[in-house]
Parts: sequence; structure tokens; C-alpha cells
Amino acid sequence: MYRRLLIAVPYLWLLLLFLVPFGIVLKISLSDLALARPPYLPQIDVSKGWEGFANFLSGLDFENYVWLTGDDLYWKAYLSSLRIAAISTVLTLLVGYPLAYGMARAPREWQPTLVMLVILPFWTSFLIRVYAWIGILSTEGYLNQFLMSVGIIDIPLKILNTNTAVYIGIVYTYLPFMVLPIYAALERLDGSLLEAAEDLGSSRAGAFWLITWPLSRPGVVAGCFLVFIPVIGEFVIPSLLGGSGTLMIGKVLWEEFFSNRDWPVASAVAIVLLLILVIPIVLFQRNEDRAREAER
Amino acid sequence: MKLHLMGMTATLALVTGIAVADEVRVYNWSDYIDEALLEKFESETGLKLIYDVFDSNELLETKMLAGGSGYDVVVPSGTFLQRQITAGAFQPLDMSKLSNMENMWDVIAARTAQYDPGNAYSINYMWGTTGIGVNVGKVTEILGADAPLSSMDLILNPEHASKLAECGIHVLDAPSEIIPMVLQYLGEDPDSHDPDVIAKAEPILTAARPYISKFHSSEYINALANGEICVAVGWSGDVLQARDRAAEAENGVDIAYNAFAQGSLMWFDQMAIPEDAPNPEGAHLFLNFIMDAQNMADASNYVYYANGNLASQPLLEEDVIGDTAIYPDAATLENLYTTTPYPARVQRVVTRLWTKVKSGT
Repeated sequence: MYRRLLIAVPYLWLLLLFLVPFGIVLKISLSDLALARPPYLPQIDVSKGWEGFANFLSGLDFENYVWLTGDDLYWKAYLSSLRIAAISTVLTLLVGYPLAYGMARAPREWQPTLVMLVILPFWTSFLIRVYAWIGILSTEGYLNQFLMSVGIIDIPLKILNTNTAVYIGIVYTYLPFMVLPIYAALERLDGSLLEAAEDLGSSRAGAFWLITWPLSRPGVVAGCFLVFIPVIGEFVIPSLLGGSGTLMIGKVLWEEFFSNRDWPVASAVAIVLLLILVIPIVLFQRNEDRAREAER
Repeated sequence: MKLHLMGMTATLALVTGIAVADEVRVYNWSDYIDEALLEKFESETGLKLIYDVFDSNELLETKMLAGGSGYDVVVPSGTFLQRQITAGAFQPLDMSKLSNMENMWDVIAARTAQYDPGNAYSINYMWGTTGIGVNVGKVTEILGADAPLSSMDLILNPEHASKLAECGIHVLDAPSEIIPMVLQYLGEDPDSHDPDVIAKAEPILTAARPYISKFHSSEYINALANGEICVAVGWSGDVLQARDRAAEAENGVDIAYNAFAQGSLMWFDQMAIPEDAPNPEGAHLFLNFIMDAQNMADASNYVYYANGNLASQPLLEEDVIGDTAIYPDAATLENLYTTTPYPARVQRVVTRLWTKVKSGT
């Protein structure tokens, strides 16, 4: 009995914080826009009992999903978000892997400090850290001032309000999510395997590709998913650092909700986004299962 | 995110049952009042004033339509107010509690009545125009001494805009103000709700797009003042704040605001009481306090926007009441137009056109 209760806690958590909100959003996505409070129809009429519920059900339809197929804005925004997420994931990996590698190879007594340094930025508000990048990247920002004073450039670089700034912001923000799982995988790596490889005549690069890389792969995969999935729906970084040309689904969602005040279509966009995200999440889960089985 | 947090604290306060009757919660635009007035209200009434700010009508509207915002007084602009009244978001004012109503200016009240019939739900706080701010020195240097400083041509005519692009052009990120402006430029009805007429704005905006460095609704204040940009389509008081900041910095930048020669949009920010306000009694006290001639004059003297309060006019400073950029002369006033809210279907067309112009998609 006690055990069941313990298991029920996470399920209850999932039910309350995922399934119930999902159900509400799904319901709104099937409704129609209305000038009322809240701004959609139909509402459940509790006073009429079952009849009210039946009336409510008959008022729902898939109109809003059909609408999404009629305008190329939506699929272009989904695609553009996927592209930005993919490129940022690769960039984060390129920066994060050497960092994690260096941490794992550092002397034991340094390692807790290094891990601390990676986590430390989380102690400051995410929003403030993104704002700080505005100060660094703007035309009169610190970066341009520095480059001009050193004499590398004559005219200031235009970085803020471009996709470059968005990539910089994303790589910076999501770096710990990439570094920590890779570090965890590399840290467990048995050093004697590398010694054995060298004893048997493998070059250092060869030993890296034959031993270190395959053994760190679970960490790399975990890190990539931890970056890729949230970046697809990212809204804050592109709206603060990106230009008006940066097209991402998070921004489209904002406009449906706030500019068009069309909650039903906004909800439909969100549901489709969730479906798009489910595919990589399922892949991730499968990879985890396979890794666990391989370990056995 | 900040706004979200504010909403949460408001809700928390309500849930935990802090003595609501002793508090008045006001939600106004950012940089839009002399803060000394807030303290004055508290000391006069003994009520605690909680004053939060926002920077977009859309955000406010979403809170109003969702309900349960926890605010007692909010400040939507005219067109947004009208739609929210229709949706049932506000409660009618109790005129018996608003003795200062007699201070209000009938000229403005007649115009706000088109959004709020009989002014039954709202009072005017400030009003202004959407026009053009220019860096006079740079623009005349580029286009010559006879440059049309108050003309939409500076932004919408590629011949001029292309020359000014290098120096920088900012435009408000507000489709419901910029599209009427383009229609006015074309000689169409700026308040048209006909999708075919609205579509005529697209080629003009697309042609001007390469020369516009940014669509943003507040950055232009600093950008103009620092001399980073030459031209901005902006709100009257904001451009005048930029002019003052440049003058204070003594950086040689001379900013001028003009309503468009072709005619400018006139807008009204209205104070109203949400239908589910926790403390409507306190809200009425706040509205009456704001309508006091001296208080309203203090507010206008501070933010450089005109108000709808006739009795406050003798108390206004000369650089406010005497400035035709703030209180337009009769000829300019004649040339101003107003707009009405777009129905949902048309709003969608407008938002879509705007996204297309901005992002090319």
C-alpha cells in the first residue's frame, strides 16, 4: 500500500502539471474566437448538466488546425525554428565538448571547482544575463569598443539584432546543459583504457576516436537533446537579441496570442509545436533505453 | 517574464488576503507619471498605492480578457478600450464619486466618446499624436536646408529614405498605427477596415523596408537623443523626451517633433476600472485624484503629453501648453484623424501584413 502511494506521487504530478494543462490548451485549440471574457467559445454550461456538456462538445472542431495549413508563415516558422535549434546544438557541442574534456582531464581536486564555475551563472537571472549581451554586442557595445581600440576593425560590427546574436545568446545560455552530461560521461572514463591503446601503438588522436568519443556518446546525445528541444520553442533570446527578420515559432505564437488575441489559433500552434517536439523526445528516450541495455 | 512575475505577486497578495480595502492597484504605461503624485495620493487618502507599469496595449488586453488581473485602475488606449468594453471587461463609473469630472475638457471628451459612448466607463488621462521626430542637423545636412521635416516622404518615399538609411530610421512596432499612416499617405481612408484597401499599404512598406533599421516602440527615445538615428516615427511625448535628453547632454543633437504634414493619428489613453476590481471604491478615489486640476497639470508638466483636463491648462508650464507639438494649434488639430478597432478577421490581415513586411515571410 505504502509503495503504491509512493508511485502515485510522480503520476499525480504528471497529471496535474502536464496532462491537465495540455487538456485545457487542446480544448481551447478546438474552440472559436469570440469577443468575450475569456475570448473563445464555447464554454461549458454547468447549470444545464449533461445537455450543457453535449452542447459544448458539438461546438468544438478542427478548423484552427486547417487554418494552420493555409498560410505558409506557420510551416516556415516551424522549419526556421528547427534550423536555428539544429545549428545552435552543433555550435554548443563544438564549444562544450572541449570544455567538458578539459574539465574531466583536470586534476581531481580542481574538478568540483570547475563544475561549480559552469553552474555559477545560473545564480543570476536568465533575463539579466541576456540583457548583458545587449550591452556587449550593440554597435557601441564593449565588444566593438574593444576591437576598435585594439585596431582590428575600423567600423563597428553589426551583431545585435541579427541571427548571429541569437546564436551567441543560445550557445551561452545552454552551454551548461551540454557540458555537464558530457563531463559526467568523460569523468567515468577509465584512464587505463587510453594507456592500453597507447601501449598497443595507437596515436593519441586515434585513441580519442576509438575510445574516448564512443564512450562519451551517451553524454553527447543527452546534451544535444537538452539543448535542441528547448531551443525550438525559445522566445526570449530571439526577441531580445534577434532582429525583426528572425522568424521563430515562439514569436509567431506570441503574435497569435497578443496581437491577434486569437487564443484558439495560438493554442493550435502550441499543440503542433508539442507534437513536433515529441518526436525528438521519443528518440531520446529510445537512445537512453538502448544505452541502459548495452550497459547490462 | 517580469510581467508574469508581477501578475503572480498580485495574485498571491489576493490569495493571502492582504487587507484589500486599504490598497489601490494601478497598472499604467511606463514613464507616464510624476512619481511625487503617487506619494501625494497615499498621504491624502491614507490608502496604500501599488503602482505597476506595462509597455504594450496587447499585454494589458490579454490580462483584461483573461480576467482576475487584480488591478483597480488600468490605462488602455481608445481602440483597445472600446473592444474591452464590448467584451465586458470594465465596470461603469459611478459619477457621484467623481466630483472633479467637471474639470474635463469637452473637446477631448467628444472625441473619446467614439470609443466609450457617453464616457461612461473611462476618463481621459493623456492624449497625443503619432508623428515624426527628426535630428534636424543631420537631416538638413543630407537632404538640404529645404528638407520636408514633417513629411511622411522622409520614411515612405524611397528617394528620401534611401539617403537617410545610412544615418538610421526607426519606426514604431505598432501595425495598428503605422498601417493607417500609410493609408493616409496614399490618400485612402486611414481607418479603413477593408482588407483590399489595407493591402495597398504593403507595397509602400515593402519598398521602404530596406531603409528602416528597426521596428521598435521605445528604443528610439535614446537612439534619437544620442544621435544614433536621424528619423523616427514615434509618439509625441516620447520624441519630446528625446529632445530634452539631448539638450541636457549638450551633445549638439537638435531633435524636433512634428505631426505629419499629411495628417497624424490622434490617440487617447483612458483610465478605466476592471469589472472585477478588488477595490472599486479606491479606484474611484484615484480617478478623482487624477482629475484634480493641479495633479493633472503636474503629470503633464512631467511627461510632456497633453491631457483632457481643461481646468489644468492655466497651471501648465509654458513649454507644455505653448508647444504646438504637445497642444496642436487649431489648423493641426483639424488635420488629425482617429481610428477604430479592427474586427478579429481584419486584425489577422493586419498582423499578417506586418509580419510579412518585417520578416519578408
